[in-house]
Amino acid sequence: MDFHILGQQLVNGLALGSIYGLIAVGYTMVYGIIGMINFAHGDVYMVSAYLTAICLAILSYFGMVSPFFLIVITLIVTVFFIALYGWSIERIAYKPLRNSPRLAPLISAIGVSLVLQNYVQVSQGAKTQAVPTILPGAFRFGTETEFIQITYIQVLLIIVSFISMAVLTYIIQKTSLGRQCRAVQQDAKMSAILGINTDRIISTVFIIGAAMAGIAGVLVTMNYGSFDFSVGFITGVKAFTAAVLGGIGSLPGAMLGGIILGMSESLFSGFVNTDYKDVFAFSLLVLVLIFRPSGLLGKPLVEKV
Amino acid sequence: MNAETLATNGVVGESTPALLNVDGLTMRFGGIIALNNVSFTVQPHSITALIGPNGAGKTTVFNCVTGFYKATEGKLSLNAGGKQTDLRKVLGERFQWSDYVNPKAFGERLYYKAFGGSHRVALAGVARTFQNIRLFRELTVVENLLVAQHIHLDRNLIRGTLRTKGYRASERKALETAYHWLDVMNLTEDANRLAGELPYGNQRRLEIARAMCTEPKLICLDEPAAGLNPRETEDLSKLIRKLRDEHKVTVLLIEHDMGLVMSISEHIVVLDYGQVIACGSPKEIETNPKVLAAYLGTEAEEVVS
Repeated sequence: MDFHILGQQLVNGLALGSIYGLIAVGYTMVYGIIGMINFAHGDVYMVSAYLTAICLAILSYFGMVSPFFLIVITLIVTVFFIALYGWSIERIAYKPLRNSPRLAPLISAIGVSLVLQNYVQVSQGAKTQAVPTILPGAFRFGTETEFIQITYIQVLLIIVSFISMAVLTYIIQKTSLGRQCRAVQQDAKMSAILGINTDRIISTVFIIGAAMAGIAGVLVTMNYGSFDFSVGFITGVKAFTAAVLGGIGSLPGAMLGGIILGMSESLFSGFVNTDYKDVFAFSLLVLVLIFRPSGLLGKPLVEKV
Repeated sequence: MNAETLATNGVVGESTPALLNVDGLTMRFGGIIALNNVSFTVQPHSITALIGPNGAGKTTVFNCVTGFYKATEGKLSLNAGGKQTDLRKVLGERFQWSDYVNPKAFGERLYYKAFGGSHRVALAGVARTFQNIRLFRELTVVENLLVAQHIHLDRNLIRGTLRTKGYRASERKALETAYHWLDVMNLTEDANRLAGELPYGNQRRLEIARAMCTEPKLICLDEPAAGLNPRETEDLSKLIRKLRDEHKVTVLLIEHDMGLVMSISEHIVVLDYGQVIACGSPKEIETNPKVLAAYLGTEAEEVVS
């Protein structure tokens, strides 16, 4: 076995996994709070990739070259606009269906997903778009022929993902807002009786989810450089898989699920076969669900007597 | 209500406005009339009991008053803390034809449709407990009490994340209030356990503590003595008196334990088949032939109106 390949794949897997984790957070939080799978979440991520490109284009038009400012401003602007997207989607497509049967918001979510894809396709064109590398260069460890390479943007990606997840965990566990989110997640009606504005908490959760997907979108776009209007689908499915793998509804579960999925995908493509990496990822999901139907960190559903 | 009952309620003069005014409350579920033209008042700082045989509609009255259900017809007004609140309007009602010619009424209705909801009832000063305890089982005992106080708390996301001075002060105050109530309810030792793990009797007390943490003017207790042993019931009646005397709340309770009802309440409303069949002081109710008939059953002709 080549240890440098193992190391390289672990690094790649960590980067990929933290992205899956970031997006999975949106699925798992929305599921936790209103019991709905937000199929449009992957497309929110896709929109954020376009927002990143637009933002970078505008900034470089005004002659900004410093990578630090480019990245920071793009992150802030994209997260702001994508949060606005998340909030509007919830208000327009899900809130009117709050008290309808469970399937209705699901269909509505698929509708939103189609609308977003087509709206981006019409306004931005169907061609694959690309952004230039902003932060070239890499750290290299090892000898001339056998080395592990970590690009600067990968380092940034891993660091930003972990900081975002840490901040999010802190918000949910320690702040007053997080406490309300957890209360609404357990019993929305009871929370309302205690004076919590549940609609506002649900909106906040959508905003947080979209912001996380936005961060992922910025980082991935800067890392890979190319995207088109349909990238949301496969990434969304993968992130959803990560959420289910970790136990949907569980925040640490989504992060763990993301890392496991990313690692296993990248190790499999490094050592076995690149074409079958998705097959491996989904087989892993099936295996986990056979032995732990509620996911790795999910709580088993107890029948109420 | 006559002057005599008012005197027993300890209310001086007839001009004191009632805290809660239920007028012609009707609740229909499809073809079933659960409540039919129910009217009664609750005087400030009184203990009022709502009794009746099983299925009489007592809990439905509670559900309407606390914003759990939207009443079909009738008026519910709360006169607490110097302001009058229409408890039905704040839930967000349907538009009436007359609204289309009255812009002010239209605007008000639209406002409550968009921003109203059950939480507004809690803001107006109503809190409740449930017959089947509805705690946030996955939150700790203290967190249950903190969540209930959030109306009075700093819940800004950014200040919470950065833990500003104002935020910490507001959290500290909330913790003090929470521990005060734990002390009153004898739950201090359980403070950091999960609410769902507590023994039944403690869960009941915790639920009352949580309701009190919203700083209500009116607290609605739905069968607080259900499942308690005689000693615990006695403690409960002391506690209810204490809430009224020391914490200046008005108590409205549903209870099947007649010993408890007769000993603590000043005013009793009897419901049967969704209608008020009697109301008055415990003495009057004890001897009321209609009430006896409803509870014990009589031949049809024996009932004299």
